Amino acid sequence: MILIDLLQALLLLAGVGFFFVGTLGILRFPDVYTRIHALTKADNLGLGLIVFGLLLGADSIPVALKLLLVWGLALLASATAGYLVARAARRRGLRPWKARNWGNG
Amino acid sequence: MTWLLEAVALLLLLTLALGLIRIWRGPTIADRMLAAQLFGTTGVGLLLVLAELQQMPALRDVALVLALLAVMAVLAFVARVWRREPEDGTEEDPPT
Repeated sequence: MILIDLLQALLLLAGVGFFFVGTLGILRFPDVYTRIHALTKADNLGLGLIVFGLLLGADSIPVALKLLLVWGLALLASATAGYLVARAARRRGLRPWKARNWGNG
Repeated sequence: MTWLLEAVALLLLLTLALGLIRIWRGPTIADRMLAAQLFGTTGVGLLLVLAELQQMPALRDVALVLALLAVMAVLAFVARVWRREPEDGTEEDPPT
């Protein structure tokens, strides 16, 4: 049991780490496109690791399935949202960030 | 294990607070919307942890609904709000 607890702790902390890094990316990255990258990574991996950490402590099969369902929905959602926002930004003519613009944005 | 779940919930709350800075600073409304999407996902994780921590299974349903609403918000934003072309080529918030 101690091993399972340890694994759960590891997964949960890794998930929080991904959320933190994703938020940091949203704050630090220079334009919309790169921020989409940070956002989807935090969505998929952070939430996924937290869900898997909680799965180890789930009481029953339905609870576990519901956790997986939430994660699956988040996967679909972030992929769709990332694509749509990127396409809308491109249609509006937003230029992807380039290194020579460093310091202007 | 309770202390660990508490710590995880607290850290998630902290990252939520950090994400507020991006909503505040913009610069385009798409950036704000992306930060709001991150809010949704972090909130979902937070709710799942709290459901385990407080033994409240209903919070998992809340998390499911929140995940759905977060993506609906982004879809509505892309389909309705962000379609208009900027008049002078600059990226500013529309004067609603």
